[in-house]
Amino acid sequence: MSDPYATTTESSAGTVYTVTGQDWDTVVAGVSQGDEEHVVVNMGPQHPSTHGVLRLILELDGETVTDLRCGVGYLHTGIEKNMEFRTWTQGVTFCTRMDYVAPLFNEAVYVMGVEKLLEIEDDIPEKALVMRVLLMELNRIASHLVAIATGGMEIGALTVMTIGFREREMVLDLFETITGLRMNHAFIRPGGVAQDLPDGTLDQVRDFVKIMRKRLPEYAALCNANPIFKGRLVGTGYLDRAGCLALGASGPILRATGYPWDLRRDQPYWGYEDYDFDVVTWDSSDAYGRFRIRLQEMWESLRIIEQCADRLDGLEGAPVVVADKKIAWPAQLSVGEDGQGNSAEHIKHIMGESMEALIHHFKLVTEGFRVPPGQAYSAIESPRGELACHVVSDGGTRPFRAHFRDPSFVNLQCMSVMAEGGMVADVVVVVASIDPVLGGVDR
Amino acid sequence: MGIEEKLPSGVLLSTVEGAAGYFRKASLWPATFGLACCAFEMMTAGAPRYDLARFGMEVFRASPRQADLMIVAGRVSQKMAPVLRQIYDQMTNPKWVLSMGVCASSGGMFNNYAIVQGVDHVVPVDMYLPGCPPRPEMLIDSILKLHDKIQHSKLGENRAEQIEEREQAALTASTTSDMKGLLR
Amino acid sequence: MTDNQSEDAARGRDDLPATPESTQLEVVEVRDGMFGAEDSGDTSGYGRLRRTIALPGPSSRPYGGWFDDVADSLEAGLGDLATSVPDGHPIEKVVVDRGEITFYVRRKHLRAVAQLLRDDPALRFEFCSGVSGVHYPGETGRELHAVYHLLSMTHNRRIRLEVAAPDADPHIPSVVPVYPTADWHERETYDFFGIIFDGHPALTRIQMPDDWPGHPQRKDYPLGGISVEYKGATIPPPDERRSYR
Repeated sequence: MSDPYATTTESSAGTVYTVTGQDWDTVVAGVSQGDEEHVVVNMGPQHPSTHGVLRLILELDGETVTDLRCGVGYLHTGIEKNMEFRTWTQGVTFCTRMDYVAPLFNEAVYVMGVEKLLEIEDDIPEKALVMRVLLMELNRIASHLVAIATGGMEIGALTVMTIGFREREMVLDLFETITGLRMNHAFIRPGGVAQDLPDGTLDQVRDFVKIMRKRLPEYAALCNANPIFKGRLVGTGYLDRAGCLALGASGPILRATGYPWDLRRDQPYWGYEDYDFDVVTWDSSDAYGRFRIRLQEMWESLRIIEQCADRLDGLEGAPVVVADKKIAWPAQLSVGEDGQGNSAEHIKHIMGESMEALIHHFKLVTEGFRVPPGQAYSAIESPRGELACHVVSDGGTRPFRAHFRDPSFVNLQCMSVMAEGGMVADVVVVVASIDPVLGGVDR
Repeated sequence: MGIEEKLPSGVLLSTVEGAAGYFRKASLWPATFGLACCAFEMMTAGAPRYDLARFGMEVFRASPRQADLMIVAGRVSQKMAPVLRQIYDQMTNPKWVLSMGVCASSGGMFNNYAIVQGVDHVVPVDMYLPGCPPRPEMLIDSILKLHDKIQHSKLGENRAEQIEEREQAALTASTTSDMKGLLR
Repeated sequence: MTDNQSEDAARGRDDLPATPESTQLEVVEVRDGMFGAEDSGDTSGYGRLRRTIALPGPSSRPYGGWFDDVADSLEAGLGDLATSVPDGHPIEKVVVDRGEITFYVRRKHLRAVAQLLRDDPALRFEFCSGVSGVHYPGETGRELHAVYHLLSMTHNRRIRLEVAAPDADPHIPSVVPVYPTADWHERETYDFFGIIFDGHPALTRIQMPDDWPGHPQRKDYPLGGISVEYKGATIPPPDERRSYR
């Protein structure tokens, strides 16, 4: 029965037991022989319920968690340093992969920072802004669906997972129609967006809204008054307003304390001040409140999407990139007959008609545009909280420094405060209510 | 492993290979090793639209002891590599590894200090699936190709022979950078 | 030398998109060559190009909008601290650029300034969004910068604090006693830049493995990629390729 992974080892911290499926009695029997009453348990980076590669080190006294520490960095990708070696536009493809559940928000915040540095914020055409808002709100719905689906799955509500992903497929279909990809789009670029809307998109958007309005009540019916759901979520992961502000928590966690802080309302950007929507709050400061907020925010996002679709109706044929040709990404790509991404009119234009267009295309694609030196900080309301980007430019074609303040990184600091004193099972609920995305935490 | 490894090569062994291959591929249980973006496409492949349950694979076993297939979905950072190796070691034979996405197959777009440039530096890989992230249909395609591979995998003596052959071929193969003129 | 630098700075901005009326510039670094990778045969002639990198310099009063109110309240709150210290005012300089205000704080007084910004009712910057580091290898004596972004939810404003430390003595006082949220941020900045935050409860690496040597996001740390082998060619990693700087 000698298993290299199931024996006990002595370490400087005491005896280490590895649990590999044997009875808990045998483990505890071994432990209770010593003086230790507290067991240190590692909910390792590979775990079905930690929302990604998050390592939680719990010190348990029976079933109660007396100490909790997070180990992060298992997904650290060096995205910020990688961006220093790519042009400003190529940086979008890197930052989009940080928070992979809401990629368009990463792109949006980075592009907002770059446009602040370029000082072209007022020159972005309206259609680009409306498209950006549309894509971001669609992404907000997809992200909240994932939060509810995976949160539900982790506490055992598997149906919520299957229906959540079913709805998310519709959002991904819309993304595919508009941006060409289901995830990690690199669509929002400095100066506007990459492409115009294809025909039939707005019909698809409106159909989507109609279907979602019928499907969202299913989640409410399954979860809101469900006694098991409420039993597990009500009162779990309590963090009051002072705690939130001290720990820097924003987004649903802060709004669950009753404080209506939403950057779309308080520091609006890209036309959010003109859209009609409500900021959703709850007053219980616990995991249940955060769940109800996410559910309701999906309804609000549907309202914004409808308004975007109405505005886009009147913007047929409007430009989607800034007018300055030295910044605007040149080609409006489309799939040609040979299956390659090219646009016959664009090639005809740069090769036959305009020398400047050829030069602009060449310089923009190889060198990229230069951004005047300085630094900027842009912040947006992502589904998890305040997502912000600090960009520093040295006047060159590539970022000197791009740092992202990811909401999951900051919100995870609240883990200890929320879960200590509760039971082990509540740890899973707390993680689900914070809804961290480890790609953003580790970058 | 078991008695099937000790059979003499011949008709009996090839029949057993066919049967064992069929049973092994028919319900591969994946181990949850979703790391980053590809994890979501993997989850979506298990979700209603691109159902993995039709291949018997919707049960993602959290415990590596009960899993057959490790789908490494996402970028493996330097900090995560020992964990990856440990999970792989904890899996019981027979086991297969499918590296999903370009980050797992080769480091992907992240050619830097933090990412292992291909999980084949850490674990032996049976199927590489490029894509960033690969669509669920691509994942299913790679799983079906892996099923094919499992179905036709040899046991016992035949396997030893096959390994010999492959080693020889690899030793005499030319390096990639010498293959000029083959840019198609 | 100064004349040349300012001329260079002025000339160097010819190829930029339309610029606004410029604030005074401050030279951070001088760079040679247009492309990186000095080893490949560069016959373009751009190799002898010399560019001065200059970031926006200090602004003078009035700053405009509510910036003046914040600066006045800060001045008033610092009051006697400002006059009693021998090495100069706690606020080294103030830069107003791109609609944002940055206070450069001397590192010794960082905690006092942060405490004041958080507690004074006219300032009330109760939310610290984050701490990030920037490494300016060209600014000798002030290479490592730690940047603090503060948000006042009461007054709906944002400011930035920037603190500089030399490479030889990379210590900056920690603001965790004032803003507990800075805990992980300071750990991350230490991990990536080597800035040691004095007074931090547990300053350890957070993203990299605990025994990792070096601080990855410093400019003198290589990107660390490997060359990629294709059929017939090998492409070097991004930081060793010949490309526009």
